[in-house]
Amino acid sequence: MSDTHANTVAYVRNEMLPPSDAPRSQTGAVKWMLENLFSGWANTAMTLISLLVIWWALSSVGPWLLNSVWTAGSLAECRAILDGATGACFSVITNRWHQLLFGFYPPHLYWRPVLTLVLLFVALAPVLFPALPRKLLVLSALYPFVGYHLLWGGSVWFPISVALGFVAGFVAYKLLLKVNNLLAIFGAILGPVLWWMFVAGQIDSALSSALPLGLEFVRSDRFGGFLISLIIGISGISLSLPIGILLALGRQSDMVFLKPVCVLVIEFIRGVPLITLLFNDSLLLNYFLPPGPAFDLILRVIIMVTLFASAYMAEVIRGGLAALPKGQYEAADALGLDYWKAQRLIIMPQALKISIPGIVNTFIGLFKDTTLVVFIGLLDPIGLSNAIRADTNWNGIYWELFIFIGALFFIFCFGMSRYSMYLERKLKTDHR
Amino acid sequence: MLLYDQRYRSITIQIFALFLLMLGAAWLIDNVISNLRLLGRTFSFNFLSQTSGYDINQRPIEYDSTMTHGRAALVGFLNTIILAIMGCALATVLGVLAGVLRLSNNWIISRLVTFYVEIFRNIPTLIWILIFGAVMAESMPAPSAFRGDDATSSMIFDAIAITNRGVYVPAVLFVTDLGYLTLGPVAPSLNWLLVIAVIVASLFANKALITHATRVQNATGIRPKTWWKSILILLVPVGAVFIALGAYLEYPELRGFNFAGGVHLRNSFLAMWLGLGIYTGAFIAEIVRGGILAISKGQTEAAFALGLQPGKTMRLVILPQAMRVIIPPLISQYLNLTKNTSLGLAVGYMDLRSTLGGITINQPGRELEGMLLLMAIYLAISLTISGLMNVYNSRVKLKER
Repeated sequence: MSDTHANTVAYVRNEMLPPSDAPRSQTGAVKWMLENLFSGWANTAMTLISLLVIWWALSSVGPWLLNSVWTAGSLAECRAILDGATGACFSVITNRWHQLLFGFYPPHLYWRPVLTLVLLFVALAPVLFPALPRKLLVLSALYPFVGYHLLWGGSVWFPISVALGFVAGFVAYKLLLKVNNLLAIFGAILGPVLWWMFVAGQIDSALSSALPLGLEFVRSDRFGGFLISLIIGISGISLSLPIGILLALGRQSDMVFLKPVCVLVIEFIRGVPLITLLFNDSLLLNYFLPPGPAFDLILRVIIMVTLFASAYMAEVIRGGLAALPKGQYEAADALGLDYWKAQRLIIMPQALKISIPGIVNTFIGLFKDTTLVVFIGLLDPIGLSNAIRADTNWNGIYWELFIFIGALFFIFCFGMSRYSMYLERKLKTDHR
Repeated sequence: MLLYDQRYRSITIQIFALFLLMLGAAWLIDNVISNLRLLGRTFSFNFLSQTSGYDINQRPIEYDSTMTHGRAALVGFLNTIILAIMGCALATVLGVLAGVLRLSNNWIISRLVTFYVEIFRNIPTLIWILIFGAVMAESMPAPSAFRGDDATSSMIFDAIAITNRGVYVPAVLFVTDLGYLTLGPVAPSLNWLLVIAVIVASLFANKALITHATRVQNATGIRPKTWWKSILILLVPVGAVFIALGAYLEYPELRGFNFAGGVHLRNSFLAMWLGLGIYTGAFIAEIVRGGILAISKGQTEAAFALGLQPGKTMRLVILPQAMRVIIPPLISQYLNLTKNTSLGLAVGYMDLRSTLGGITINQPGRELEGMLLLMAIYLAISLTISGLMNVYNSRVKLKER
């Protein structure tokens, strides 16, 4: 009996065993890989194929990138340095980066486009980040004139007298507002137009002769490279949004005469490729304008690109307007708001919020479409890459130039799309 | 006064604005007339019937330099359409594949697809077209590399030759030639028309079969097996036509300094096709992904609660709803691709813009008429596609109240 007792006691444990580790397959990297990479035969196959693709890409591009030459003076020199080995010749970038960025802008004036770009971010900051004080918006309003003056130069009084036109419109609006609402809007439109037609030129010439201030003038045909893409892109982006909103409102309205006009404009512009519109700029404008010297090609391109993007923008915003519940319009009416107040305070903030992804996509599309100006003879990065290849030193160089230009566009477009995601998250008010 | 009366104010302002617009239009037209008179020119489209005098390398229909500008424009138009259809097909396949794979649980493949989508969406299509053009012209072996016993390159399956002068693929030819159907300017081969007619008829027959199966299912609750009947209906008649007409493959062969035989896909075409197709595919991937994510999880759960299997859930519940979200932006991508075919100039693809809008308007100096015609044709293509989209939209629209 005592024996059995002694035996049973031997089977009773006195202290807890330490917990053993989870199975290898259920922890750490192994578990992660089993779940995310090898969870089934299809998944395993896809993983292996992906690894194969990545290996193939790295093994074909890797050595080429690692062996790159940065200091040679020509492609022949590059090949001599490489001595038969595979390798990139990024010397073309170290040699010609300034051309790809600035075109034929005078080198001693490079600080001006750079300063313009820096100021752009200063001017954009209050628009993009609502946390900043609202007074800074004055800087954004002044920026177009400062930017123009910095880029093109010439007399400082020209942009100032143009800017004064807007002041004239504002003054006219404020004065006429006391008389009548509608009259004030007419005043706000007519004031600047009359100012620019009759007063601005005289003020400009008078002040220029009295006090000749200004920067060295740079002709438009010296502009090129990424600078021109940025100028066209940013002007198009900032102008197409307001025009697009107006077109969308026109199309959504019940105005008997203006609605068909808006529909016609939108559908026509959306129906033809941008490149035909740009060709109109360079080929047909001479027919549609009175005989005489044609005005600046860059300005013409900006106008066309803006119109083109506005039509797309109008459709995006119309989608936002249509997605808004009808109750919002009725609530605005019930509060006794007039049309413009309802749009400004109730409808637009919500419609624009809904259409942010579409708006930013249109912006990105517009920015990418600036490359098409190469077809009408403007020297954008692609045009310059052709020009560089025409040089005997760099004849036959492709990938390095494409990588550089592609990277420039990628940075800007990717940045824009990331900002739109941030904005969407920040403005999200639903509770999901 | 009309301006102060609420009832008439809007109309008054509109008439005023319309008046201004018409004044502007009149000013433009007046300018055109006076400019034309200044140049001593008339406005006429008769240059379309003059001899063109230039060659086009890719000719879907018979054409040479002694034919008219109108004929050249038609060749360009057909080239545009071919590129647009092929590009849309490539973009759809790539886009659907990438869109689904980006949602996959597989970490590495979803990252890989994200990389593809982001890099193609954020770099202009023109750069991609030029890159593919350079890949074709610079990185592919010359035809001479295929020659001799120590050839450094070989044909894929002895059928496809990828060279720096383009890609050569086998062509389908027929022993029996039924002749041509003369339809005004174009003369399509009767053989191919017959093949297309048979395919269309098979599709209709298949649809009738499925409708019948659904009717049986509604009446009895049991769905008859149709898959083998579908396969028979779809494949047998077409196969029979091919055999009856004596179809065979003509393989490309190295003759002299170049390949001969088969179908020659030119570099310009390949650069445009790959550039536009892969670029647009990235956008379609995002549309497909967005469409699938847009269907709320409740739909899947409801389908499971009804006892539907995962496959049926996808086919009967998720996809029909996702399609409603996917199709409109998809069509608008097709539209974009079609309009982007006008970039053919960059690599020398002879599309409508390079023929009618390029050489033709420069030769007789008819920019005004040529550009107007060009825009009208593009507008017609776009409006046709968007009209079809509107029909589809109104058919699948949620029928509420």
